[in-house]
Amino acid sequence: MRRLREGDEIVRLVTFLFAAFVVLVTLLLIFELWVGSALPRHKFGFHFFVTSVWDPISDQFGALPFIYGTVVTAGISLILAVPLGIGAAIFLAELAPARVSDVLQFFIDLLAAVPSVIYGVLGVFIVIPLMREYIQPALKSSLGFLPLFQGPAYGVGFFTAGVVLAIMVIPYIISVSREVLLSVPRDQREAALALGATRWESTWKVVVPFARTGIMGSIFLALARALGETMAVTMVIGNTPTISASLFSPGYSIAAVIANEFTEATGDIYLQSLIELGLVLFLLTFILNGLARLLIVATSQRGSGMGQA
Amino acid sequence: MTARLRWRKLVSGFMLTMTGVCAVVAVVVLFFILGYLVYHGSTSISWNFFTKLPAPLGETGGGMANAIVGSGKLLLLAALIGVPVGFLGAIYLAEFSGTTVAFIVRYAADLLNGVPSIVIGIFAYILAVLPFKHFSTTAGGLALGLMMIPITLRSTEEFLRAVPRNLREGAMALGASKAKTIATVIVPAAYRGILTAVLLAFARVAGETAPLLFTALGNRYWSPGWNQPTSSLPVMIYNYALSPYEDWHRQAWAAGLVLLGLILVINILARAILARGVSVPRS
Amino acid sequence: MHASVRPAVSVNITPTGTGSASREATAPLPMRMSINQLNFFYGAKQTLFDISLGIAVSKVTALIGPSGCGKSTLLRTLNRMYETVRHARLEGEILLDGQNILAQDVTQLRRRVGMVFQRPNPFPKSIFDNVAYGLRINGTKLPIAEAVEKSLRHAALWDEVKDQLHKSAYDLSGGQQQRLCIARALAVEPEVLLLDEPCSALDPISTAKIEELLVSLKDLCTIAIVTHNMQQAARVSDFTAFLLTGQLIEFSPTPHLFTTPGDPRTEAYITGRFG
Repeated sequence: MRRLREGDEIVRLVTFLFAAFVVLVTLLLIFELWVGSALPRHKFGFHFFVTSVWDPISDQFGALPFIYGTVVTAGISLILAVPLGIGAAIFLAELAPARVSDVLQFFIDLLAAVPSVIYGVLGVFIVIPLMREYIQPALKSSLGFLPLFQGPAYGVGFFTAGVVLAIMVIPYIISVSREVLLSVPRDQREAALALGATRWESTWKVVVPFARTGIMGSIFLALARALGETMAVTMVIGNTPTISASLFSPGYSIAAVIANEFTEATGDIYLQSLIELGLVLFLLTFILNGLARLLIVATSQRGSGMGQA
Repeated sequence: MTARLRWRKLVSGFMLTMTGVCAVVAVVVLFFILGYLVYHGSTSISWNFFTKLPAPLGETGGGMANAIVGSGKLLLLAALIGVPVGFLGAIYLAEFSGTTVAFIVRYAADLLNGVPSIVIGIFAYILAVLPFKHFSTTAGGLALGLMMIPITLRSTEEFLRAVPRNLREGAMALGASKAKTIATVIVPAAYRGILTAVLLAFARVAGETAPLLFTALGNRYWSPGWNQPTSSLPVMIYNYALSPYEDWHRQAWAAGLVLLGLILVINILARAILARGVSVPRS
Repeated sequence: MHASVRPAVSVNITPTGTGSASREATAPLPMRMSINQLNFFYGAKQTLFDISLGIAVSKVTALIGPSGCGKSTLLRTLNRMYETVRHARLEGEILLDGQNILAQDVTQLRRRVGMVFQRPNPFPKSIFDNVAYGLRINGTKLPIAEAVEKSLRHAALWDEVKDQLHKSAYDLSGGQQQRLCIARALAVEPEVLLLDEPCSALDPISTAKIEELLVSLKDLCTIAIVTHNMQQAARVSDFTAFLLTGQLIEFSPTPHLFTTPGDPRTEAYITGRFG
């Protein structure tokens, strides 16, 4: 390794410092989250995650309602977004002519760029009234025998938040799934067609399974986004720490409670409990994003390594 | 044709049509959003909106001038943090580093990128609010700057790496030092991509609300200097939308239109710059 | 099954294959497929010019020629695979058992005319499921396990995989994967099997095995094979068509084409003066 000239050495050092800064800042973030949540971790330990009492007055903090709300809303969003997203991705990758596919993808990328607070505004002024006036009553009358759709319905709640989140994560599912579908080698589809399969059969039974891991990756990515979403959720979920079987019930999510109560938090243990919630959120998204990346990389490698003699 | 084949073809046609429907629905949502914003927002946009401070509670006719300026200041700070770190860090990754270090830095950047924005807000709070015991523009700028870093870093690195070997070798063969090569050949060759990266990072943080909620907080007046809480467009939208006042709702729509318009324009601009062709001759 | 071949240029087919010097009575050979005055276009560009030839029943017909001569394009018209490419267009007639394939339903056609591709492309499924795929979507009279075994035996692969049917197809070697693809194509009992340079990605031993296999499959179905390897064509096929820049130059029984080619261009190609 040749020694660099002096001027180069300085540049190397300077740029190294900036690169190192990135690593340091990330490590510092994890550190601060850990240290900043020390009090509740010691006081409540594991019970933090299974208690549903959140009472700042008596310094009792249990995260269960928020975990519940986060999971339920993310779940609803995936149930809605995954079929729609994969369907759209199939259309864009297999059916649409290249130019149409690119133009539509462009619009979908723009959808991904819309900030959360704007989805929140639309949620407040459009989705909530829609829910209250039409959708929730309709669901109640048709499926009201299920506990999911019982109880008072005022427009806000888990279901509404799930719907808004679904709209927000669809672009991620579409973009990534479309890319992995496009990377499936052409002769897979041709082999299926050559056996007398219909277009749908070759797509659904051969191309999509081939891209299966990458599509899973896109779902994990979408899930990570849904979990961390703050503004849109807090504007439509009702902000009440409730655990309820009814999807129409108002609820709370981890991100939403942090957003709402952080500035009101008096006392160390209150604040640190919120920080602990932030730590939980961080860990969840960290794992999901890591898995997503592994799955997506795995698919693209598969596409290039097949059929070797 | 057998009945079975007829059925299979029917299923095929139906399912493929459904996928088209899915794609249409996804795109239609975008146009809905834009449509609503334009419809509700355009009626409230006025000169007042851009020049006046928020009016006292109950009075109409206020504007969001302080929020616009506040957002501007926050984004400026964010850029001062995010762009140099991202840019220079990328130069290290693309030009100097070994594979292990590069892997670690990239991994950290991706990790940082995936952190929910509210958690970044917590981090900025701990670093820049807690020690000084007050909210400030600086803290908000820090939060947004941290979010800009991974985007600028990864994209810039990609574009620097895409510069073909023979350009670098040409410069070095003429006796240019590495630093000079980078400054005079590589960076200019990749400038389109780098510009795009910065623009997209901007567009991403311009709309962020959560990290500002407990760093820059908010303010109904002008916020002089950098050490006081400041208003910003996204936070104003959030507050106004949830308020019970009609007038404030209208302003929220208007602000939403302005914000989204800005973000979409930046996005389209960034893509246009990139599409103009990579500013590097194909080898 | 009647149509005799209408010659384009220097076509010479007799059942005895000894050339026009033979004075034995020659009845036209039954054709499984015939191509009549085929012209093929990619957009505005024409790539096949006025091609007419026949694929004889239970024989192996080889298509040879230099890169870019259109032999693969021609092969892919036989099962309408070109339709997966936009702007690809066809004029002329292609008959399967006397009926125009362009007027038929394409899914049905592809069950009757199967295809094996240049690089082995098994599905990401088990060996069993690969062979069963065509059976499952098209329906079959035999129980699936029996049909799968039958195909694997025809493809000379059964003994090697019978104990590992549920392993992934990707665990097989390249040569085995290609025989698996042949078994997969045979499973739906096609009348014609098209092979597009099936050995070009394989080692010599796997190639030899597949060549043996093809000769043995003649009784089961008619075979058309594209190859850039002239020796392979000479070893394996009964009839050979030589194409050059989209035109059919010569079409004769294989021994005849390789020993006494009728056209100087054929001679130049097979003696290696270009190619």
